[in-house]
Amino acid sequence: MPSTFFTEAPHWRWLIVLYFFLGGIAGGCYFLAALIDLFGRMTDRPLARLGYRIAFPAVVVCGILLIVDLGRPERFWHMLLQSETWRPMFKSYSPMSFGAWGLLAFGFFALLSFVATFGPDDRRRRRVRLRPPGLLGVIVAILGGLSGFFLASYTGVLLAVTNRPIWSDTPLLGLVFVVSSASTSIALLLLLGPRRVFLIGGLRALQRFDVVVLVLELLSIIALVASLGSLARVWLNQWGALLAFGVVGVGIVVPLLLHRRAHAPTAAVVKAAALLVLLGGFLLRVVIVLSSESI
Amino acid sequence: MAEPMGFYTDTTVCIGCKACEVACKEWNQLPATNGGRNTMSGDSYDNTRRLDGMHWRHVKFIEQFSADRAEGRWLMMSDVCKHCVRAGCLEVCPTGAIVRTEFDTVVIQSDVCNGCRDCIAGCPFGVIDINPVSGTAQKCTLCYDRMRAGMEPACSKACPTDSINFGPIRELKQMAERRVGQLQTAGERRAYLYGADDKMLGGLNAFYLLVDKPEAYGLPPDPQLPSRNLNGSSLWSAIGAALIGIMGVISFRTRGRDDA
Repeated sequence: MPSTFFTEAPHWRWLIVLYFFLGGIAGGCYFLAALIDLFGRMTDRPLARLGYRIAFPAVVVCGILLIVDLGRPERFWHMLLQSETWRPMFKSYSPMSFGAWGLLAFGFFALLSFVATFGPDDRRRRRVRLRPPGLLGVIVAILGGLSGFFLASYTGVLLAVTNRPIWSDTPLLGLVFVVSSASTSIALLLLLGPRRVFLIGGLRALQRFDVVVLVLELLSIIALVASLGSLARVWLNQWGALLAFGVVGVGIVVPLLLHRRAHAPTAAVVKAAALLVLLGGFLLRVVIVLSSESI
Repeated sequence: MAEPMGFYTDTTVCIGCKACEVACKEWNQLPATNGGRNTMSGDSYDNTRRLDGMHWRHVKFIEQFSADRAEGRWLMMSDVCKHCVRAGCLEVCPTGAIVRTEFDTVVIQSDVCNGCRDCIAGCPFGVIDINPVSGTAQKCTLCYDRMRAGMEPACSKACPTDSINFGPIRELKQMAERRVGQLQTAGERRAYLYGADDKMLGGLNAFYLLVDKPEAYGLPPDPQLPSRNLNGSSLWSAIGAALIGIMGVISFRTRGRDDA
């Protein structure tokens, strides 16, 4: 029996599953918004605004979930400051320590961009704007986008840097989480994005991106199972069934088919596919977290 | 730093009396019952079942019997935190609550721990868990308070057969090697030391003399540090992020006329 099977589960359950999902949404939506602001057209900017307006509230909820999940919630700040000396508490080799600072950094940039969405979208005052194309806005978008990627993926590294079965038996959880964060965030923007005429171009670009990301997600999940080798046997149960039918079937394959069936899919089809992708992304976290917890 | 101190547990002389468990609970003021519930395992004399936040010592009862029960033996082992020289729990702890002491032991400071539970997943031996009374992660401290006062830990003090030996690691290793030699000479060829050398996590400051493979005692054959996955996992995450970033830029840059 592999050595990871002699360890105890850390009781990371539904709050953590929800955090992993929402963290992915927050980081992914910010990244998409920054991408649209930096590389999209002027007409796409309402989509970017939607992304920023999802990212910040989502990351606030993430922080609350993590604090509530602690055994001693009132000591949450011990993650950031040493309780005796009040010096910063940071361990570069502890993903949870790194993650606490990453969450804080992302929260800061998400707040700046969130606030920026409420100002007038006026390109003339570009120097003081917190959104691109002004220099300050470009810097905020790039740093926020990078910290968004970090938030979306460090949770996979956090699971890998343990001694638990499945989690520490593959190096690919961070990859799977970051790809899934992109697919679920695209889905949420497609679901909530208003279908106004001037937005059609941006939404089509998002749909094209969605198809590529879903294919990449499918490949990364296959790679994840393959990387477990003979240990993948532990998924020959209800968790494996949920992964195959819920995550891959309902959450990836069906949405891909929906996108491919019509050359110009209707709004209803796009939104149905988006809902399925979101469901699949949530089930992915459920399977990854709870299947190891149950061993 | 004072000389590294620890435990050498000779499982061949353990009689399963559980005096160590009782002494540990008494000295460390750990509740005897789990929230008022006293439950029996029902299939063993072992009702403690595992180490956790309220059980810092656990005497394992391993029954090895043939199907017709004509042949058999009991293996008994008082399990405890291994106080690894390279400790997984200490590595992942994000609050700095887990520290290495001047005795080279590993201690969780209960007033600093915030109950994030990363150490539970990081421990290769499944030693740590949350104590529901404090809401923090807890485990054996190797009686740090007693050691500071020049006293022996409660469990080894109470052990009536000297299965649990406490002392400087250097002396304990010599004692353990002599005992292995004695057992081998007497015909017990299976005797060996688990965790005494530095190959296992830099050495376990609580090491064991065993007479069966580690798995028989519920011990991992090849315990590892959690950080073994840090670089690989981070690299794959960065590759994933880079791929998404590149594909995103391409999707928004290559737009046909109909995309306006």
